Amino acid sequence: MTEATTLPLEHALILSGILFALGLLGILARRNILFVLMSIEIMMNAAALAFVAAGSRWHAADGQILFILILTLAASEASVGLALVLQIYRRFGTLDTDAAGELKG
Amino acid sequence: MEFAFDLSAAVAVIATLLAISSLDPVHALLYLIVSLLAVAMVFFAIGAPFAGILEVIVYAGAIMVLFVFVVMMLNLGRAAVEQERRWLTPRVWAGPAVLALVLLAELLHVLGRMPAAAGIGEGTIGARAVGAALFGPYLLAVELGSMLLLAALVAAFHLGRNE
Repeated sequence: MTEATTLPLEHALILSGILFALGLLGILARRNILFVLMSIEIMMNAAALAFVAAGSRWHAADGQILFILILTLAASEASVGLALVLQIYRRFGTLDTDAAGELKG
Repeated sequence: MEFAFDLSAAVAVIATLLAISSLDPVHALLYLIVSLLAVAMVFFAIGAPFAGILEVIVYAGAIMVLFVFVVMMLNLGRAAVEQERRWLTPRVWAGPAVLALVLLAELLHVLGRMPAAAGIGEGTIGARAVGAALFGPYLLAVELGSMLLLAALVAAFHLGRNE
């Protein structure tokens, strides 16, 4: 009976790995800083998926607690990153990451 | 359960692929929202409903709306899409794609050698268990998370000033 409702942990980890690799590809291949931020979100989401799947495997709530902490991290990262995007666009008029190559105060 | 998991996993992968390869930032954001909703469906399928609800509310509802608002404020238009088309040539993404594929293949190889197939999604870990653990042994982590959010709030306020 339990055979019908369970699925192997490997499937969730494979999905997490594929999403993480796609986020890595996005970071490496895109030059638009907005897409880089989105790829970081994808990667954090993939890591959170691995945590939740592992928590489900051992019937523990810890995985979902780590998910909530990653959610906090993603929210703060997105707000600071998007404020930086607005400043970069205001100063350089472009979203090219190379435009911010010379950081100075 | 397995059917729901496989279907939403396929939707998540395809939507993420379209999100990182899309030229228009708005289209990419909408694909990313679809991907996050699919991952939320995966959470429901593996017996973590509270994580799924938080994924919908916070990730797809709050963080992505923040992205959409910033894209609206930037007011990019046609020129940005043309610029993306010039940037995103096969010569640019072929190298990173090969590297990411090699790393993914290694990961799949390691996962394939894992000993026994352990099942997930047997029981459900609801909001009650998560909340009891969150405000019991993990109370310090919650406090640190609140400090992190406060720091992000101050930083975003400072960086977003229109001087």
